[in-house]
Amino acid sequence: MFDDSSIIVGLEIGTSKVCAVVGEQGADGALNIIGLGQARSRGVRKGEVADTAQAEEDVRNAIVEAEQMADVEIRNVYLGVTGGHIRGFNNRGVHPVVSADREISEDDVQDVIKNAKAINLPTENNVVHAIRQHFFVDGQDGVINPAGMLGSRLEVDVHVVHGNTNRLQNAIRLVKGLQLEVDEIVFNGLASSLALLTGEQKELGALVIDIGGGTTDYVVYAGGVIRHTGVLAVGGDHVSNDLAYGLKVPLSRAEKLKLEHGSAWLDEKIKGQSVTITNELGLPLKTVNVEHLQRIMSLRLEEIFQLVAQDVEQAGLFDFLRAGVFLGGGGARIPHIARLAEHALQMPVSIGQTNSISGLKSALDQPEFFTAIGLVKFGSFKTRKRESKSSLARDIKGTLRRFLQRP
Amino acid sequence: MKTKTETPAAMLEPAGMRAAKIIGVGSAGVSLLEVMNRGEFTGAGFAAVNTDATSLAGSTVALKIHLETRLLRGLGTGGDPERGRAIAEEQFTTLKTACEGADVIFIVAGLGGGAGSGITPVLARAARETGALVLAFVTLPFVCEGNRRQQQAQQSLEQLRAVADGVICLPCQKTFKLIDENTSVLDTFRITGELLVQGVRGVWRLLTRPGLIQIHFDDLCALVRNRHSESAFASVEASGPARSREVVEKLLNHPLLEEGRVLAESEAVLVSMMGGRDLTMAEVNRVMEQINRHCERAQVIMGAAVDEAMKTRLSVTLIAARQNPDAKTEAQSGAPASVECADMSASRSAGRRQVAAVSGESAPQSGLSLEQREQVLARHNSGRARKAMARMRQAQLPLAIISKGRFDKSEPTIHKGEDLDIPTYIRRGVALN
Repeated sequence: MFDDSSIIVGLEIGTSKVCAVVGEQGADGALNIIGLGQARSRGVRKGEVADTAQAEEDVRNAIVEAEQMADVEIRNVYLGVTGGHIRGFNNRGVHPVVSADREISEDDVQDVIKNAKAINLPTENNVVHAIRQHFFVDGQDGVINPAGMLGSRLEVDVHVVHGNTNRLQNAIRLVKGLQLEVDEIVFNGLASSLALLTGEQKELGALVIDIGGGTTDYVVYAGGVIRHTGVLAVGGDHVSNDLAYGLKVPLSRAEKLKLEHGSAWLDEKIKGQSVTITNELGLPLKTVNVEHLQRIMSLRLEEIFQLVAQDVEQAGLFDFLRAGVFLGGGGARIPHIARLAEHALQMPVSIGQTNSISGLKSALDQPEFFTAIGLVKFGSFKTRKRESKSSLARDIKGTLRRFLQRP
Repeated sequence: MKTKTETPAAMLEPAGMRAAKIIGVGSAGVSLLEVMNRGEFTGAGFAAVNTDATSLAGSTVALKIHLETRLLRGLGTGGDPERGRAIAEEQFTTLKTACEGADVIFIVAGLGGGAGSGITPVLARAARETGALVLAFVTLPFVCEGNRRQQQAQQSLEQLRAVADGVICLPCQKTFKLIDENTSVLDTFRITGELLVQGVRGVWRLLTRPGLIQIHFDDLCALVRNRHSESAFASVEASGPARSREVVEKLLNHPLLEEGRVLAESEAVLVSMMGGRDLTMAEVNRVMEQINRHCERAQVIMGAAVDEAMKTRLSVTLIAARQNPDAKTEAQSGAPASVECADMSASRSAGRRQVAAVSGESAPQSGLSLEQREQVLARHNSGRARKAMARMRQAQLPLAIISKGRFDKSEPTIHKGEDLDIPTYIRRGVALN
């Protein structure tokens, strides 16, 4: 009843799988992953719900599995969202400091953030995140906390992630239909970056590319803050589809071939090699050239990296990525993907690893769970904030507890 | 080709244009003539042909031909193309006289009804017998107008194809993409009409205005002949310094071109560009480069022209023709197709005059029904026609349309005009051998 730890659940309704991760936050704030549930997703295309009934069933299965594993009852979730409609941009808010002594007060800071968040969006769009970057005091860059400083003009940059309201609501309504509360929606790319990057890497500047089933989400950190986000509605599904088309095999078979023989980098050794597809009785159906298979894959993946690189280049952030590029999502499991990415981006690339989280090893090592783990981490930041605010309530709780524990 | 007798030649001569006539057939055709801004079509003669007196009475066209016999008792065709055709055959000479004196005849009609479907093919034939080139602009009815009208329209289209030099056809159903829930029926028909008129205007400008890049009517006919199962129209305009780019963007976003997908699938594309005196070759080049990139498989024919009245605006009209996806017309074999082939080979070898002679010779009485005529004609030319047909068939194998597989029904991922759902290796043209 008076457990200090709190349960945080991250739910990602992805194109290829629905995944729920249960995390437990101890009294000291340390995060521990205690449960994981996943189900094959059938009702999602390109990161967005296309068939509500099927998606609902898949979410239910994933949640039930996670509940059983973690032995908790899930009531609230942090929901990951993505889709081609999501965009990110930077906005600046300005606020003149009017007090007589020119000291910047806490109210001034709140005001300038409010100004920065007042954005002209199309009516059908909604803000997903407004993330604070740096403050400027009288044009001086890089101020982290301006309260107490002297100045006449306070400015702040925020990074705004927004998306189409109705399309965001689709996922939320689906989850609510299962009697679950949505604590907050989180952009998938942001969640992945939270799971992958350390504070140091964020400071140095890093690009996180999460190649999912239906979408590729990417986030650029520089100077410790998010500078750019984007979604490309192309992912692993496209690779399978290309293979199905190019090798003239059914989609399910293409999916299997991709997993068994796929590679992002064309190997010299496989030249002229072929594999034979057999039916369930072991009879040969068709012979597929492995070189073709890998070439089709490699072209598609290379294009994805090129498009991401173009976008980051356009945002003028390419030279800020001193920590390099980190890959996540199911796409990061493709053999030699890092090599291809290095070739396309001309920059050190590595497969991401989750940091500063303990718990289920089986979950932490898999790139496809980064987003869901990141959602839990996002949740843990929020709860920590909330707890520090309601410290009075915690004090009372603590006293009561000590009182009761005394026999 | 023909001596110009009643040509308003002064206007046309400088552009090297022949005498032209625009004839509207049926109620739809007659009202389409009303929609046209006549000022733009300087030098063209207008004529309206219908069986319905009230429709003609409302028309402001100079030459009205009322097809009337006891057969109809003043009631129009009642939506029956057989009647329309019967009366047109009966008045064949009248139609022929109406077509006299023109070298190029545009026929504008809405297929599906009695007059439009019945008279148009006959009129086209009459026009050709006078030695003129015939280009028909027709609409197919809305699907909701019923099966019967659809069938009638299809039948008529087949017949029209056999006799006209070129048919450009716009299925009305396509305009649904241009209208929203609240568009009234009247507006919808107005939009459809406007589209067709845009098409006529585009071709007209292409042929008449002094061109930076000239285009000949024969090129045009060769292009649209045999391919005109379905066409898509788009006409856009822009002004300002970035107009060439804007025009391309507008074109690619045009609902009728389905975000440029129609271009990719089309086999023949006609581009008519029109600008003021300041139209530069660089602009023409920029627009064409973009369009060519989007329709690599298509045969592109283009013209650029200058019109003082355009000032700083640049307008582009694009007509894309593609093969019928269900290849219904392909399946239909025998008489009409072979007529077409015979016609073509004959015209190639001996010129148009002789074609008229051949058809005159093989069809001595104009009272003969069209099918009969075709059969006769087919028999007449059967040996050569079959050989020609075999060659043509081969050239026209339908190109495979790239299926988007599982993304067929989802929202396409368009990035800078490229559809990312199509496999990368296809878009980049990497060969898998």
